[in-house]
Amino acid sequence: MTIATEGQGWVATPARRGFFRTEQRQGLALMSPTFLFALVMLAAPIMVVIAHSFWTQNYLTIDRSFTLENYRIALTEPIYRDLLMRSLALSMSVAFLTVILAYPVAYYISFHGGRYKSLILFLITIPAWTSYLLRVMSWKVILGYKGVLNTALLGTGIIDEPSTAFLYNTNAVLITLTHAWAVFAILPIYVSLEKVDRTLVEAATDLGDGPIRRFLRVTLPLTIPGIVAALIIVMIPTVGDYVTPRLVGGKDGVMIASAIEVQFKKGANWPLGAALSVTTMIVITIVAISSVGLLRWAAGRIR
Amino acid sequence: MTTGRRFLGVNWLAVYVALYVAFLYLPVLLLPLFSFNDSATPNFPLSGFTWKWYEGLLATPAMLDAARNSALVGVAAAITATLLGICAARAMTRYRFRGQKAMNGLIMAPLVLPEIIIAVALLLVMLRLGLELSLLTVVLGHVLICVPYSVTVLIAGFEGFDHSLEEASADLGETAMGTFRRVTLPMVTPAIVSSLLVSFTISLDEFILAFFLTGTDSTLPVYIWGQLRFAARLPGVLALGTIMLVLSFILLTIAELYRRRAARRANVDGGPLA
Repeated sequence: MTIATEGQGWVATPARRGFFRTEQRQGLALMSPTFLFALVMLAAPIMVVIAHSFWTQNYLTIDRSFTLENYRIALTEPIYRDLLMRSLALSMSVAFLTVILAYPVAYYISFHGGRYKSLILFLITIPAWTSYLLRVMSWKVILGYKGVLNTALLGTGIIDEPSTAFLYNTNAVLITLTHAWAVFAILPIYVSLEKVDRTLVEAATDLGDGPIRRFLRVTLPLTIPGIVAALIIVMIPTVGDYVTPRLVGGKDGVMIASAIEVQFKKGANWPLGAALSVTTMIVITIVAISSVGLLRWAAGRIR
Repeated sequence: MTTGRRFLGVNWLAVYVALYVAFLYLPVLLLPLFSFNDSATPNFPLSGFTWKWYEGLLATPAMLDAARNSALVGVAAAITATLLGICAARAMTRYRFRGQKAMNGLIMAPLVLPEIIIAVALLLVMLRLGLELSLLTVVLGHVLICVPYSVTVLIAGFEGFDHSLEEASADLGETAMGTFRRVTLPMVTPAIVSSLLVSFTISLDEFILAFFLTGTDSTLPVYIWGQLRFAARLPGVLALGTIMLVLSFILLTIAELYRRRAARRANVDGGPLA
């Protein structure tokens, strides 16, 4: 990495200090357009959301006196509490399932990909680039009553009549999201597998470890950073997914994003919508951090 | 490395990977398949080949409007995101300064935020400021989520870039601007093209932000969302989806080729001059 090697040039001898001051200024100047854009378009709007979550709304006027009432509603009203819990459970399931399914694929590419590595990686990323909306719709076509899956199962004689168990439930959401986020799990795990020093794996073999022990004691612990990154990258965005629950989730699959949308559009209770958004962000961050901690602890126990 | 682990003479890991790739491609390949099927409902057995759903699309003014809007938004978002990306990527690879990491963190944050949160935050600000929702607000939202991808692609292209070439140019009397135009720019062009294409593709497919931030004009995904309520329109949507799929695939293949060229250029220290 260039960044790391350049960083070692940070020697603040008096003679070079002047140089670094202009260097500092030039770097800042160059970074500022992008940074200011992110500040105005992301940081500020999120601050506005947080501010609104402590206010109340009376038709079209916003009452700016501080209140925690919105948070009370968001956390204790059964509909919102249940939606939040369900969204959390779903995003955690999706994250762990995606990582478990993706790991062997990343492992295969890194250890057995040979000269086809970048080709396989490119092939795996293509489906992720196709329209998310259309992929979800395609799953609807696959899982439906007269869908592809039912036709295939009927054709092979595994079931006698079409099953309604595939679509409009939590499982459909799980399958669709696991598919949608596959690449986002494969790539970080692949990167961390690439960094595993192959001589360590050989050393474990020479010292008498079998393939499974070798994997559990050398490769797996060394790829924990990749697994952690994959879990976070999948878990946090999926909690707020809107399209998948709406298209394939049915009644059981509704998630918190729908409730947030209603408050900002039809319900027109911006402060409550803001409080729901902030609560979701905080809770998912806590859940993600504790899952990661738990994983690190478990990995430490293996050794 | 040697071949995969075998059990009963079968390389199970390779079999698993093949199944996984099939799982990834299944929904993507079904769209084109059913878009050529001569039946109003997408299921097997296929009933015959037809172009009629594609012909129907051309006779749908609302779809054509949405396509034009999407192209406009995509081009505007791609150019803006890439310009902002160039600034950040150059600052990240060429300079060291205090607060660099934190600033980069904020710029990359849209990658790990639920999109619905970004969407409602922007919507709230636009409404409070009394701004009219339009394609312009959609462009602003798209730029925000395209910049992290643009920065990632550009940093990869700028990294390993040989600074002695720039120094040589300066020593030989070029101005800073001249050095940038005649030395730096040709070296980084592949990465920039790649960033433009990736950003355009993201904008073209993005739904949530467009759904929340648009006024009366709709982009293609917003148009598709509206059509999904009507079962009879499904084959037309499948045809439209297929066109978008092919377009995304072509753009990304070109982007990938440019990205590799950028990586190769960065690796041959100094290129033909060395």
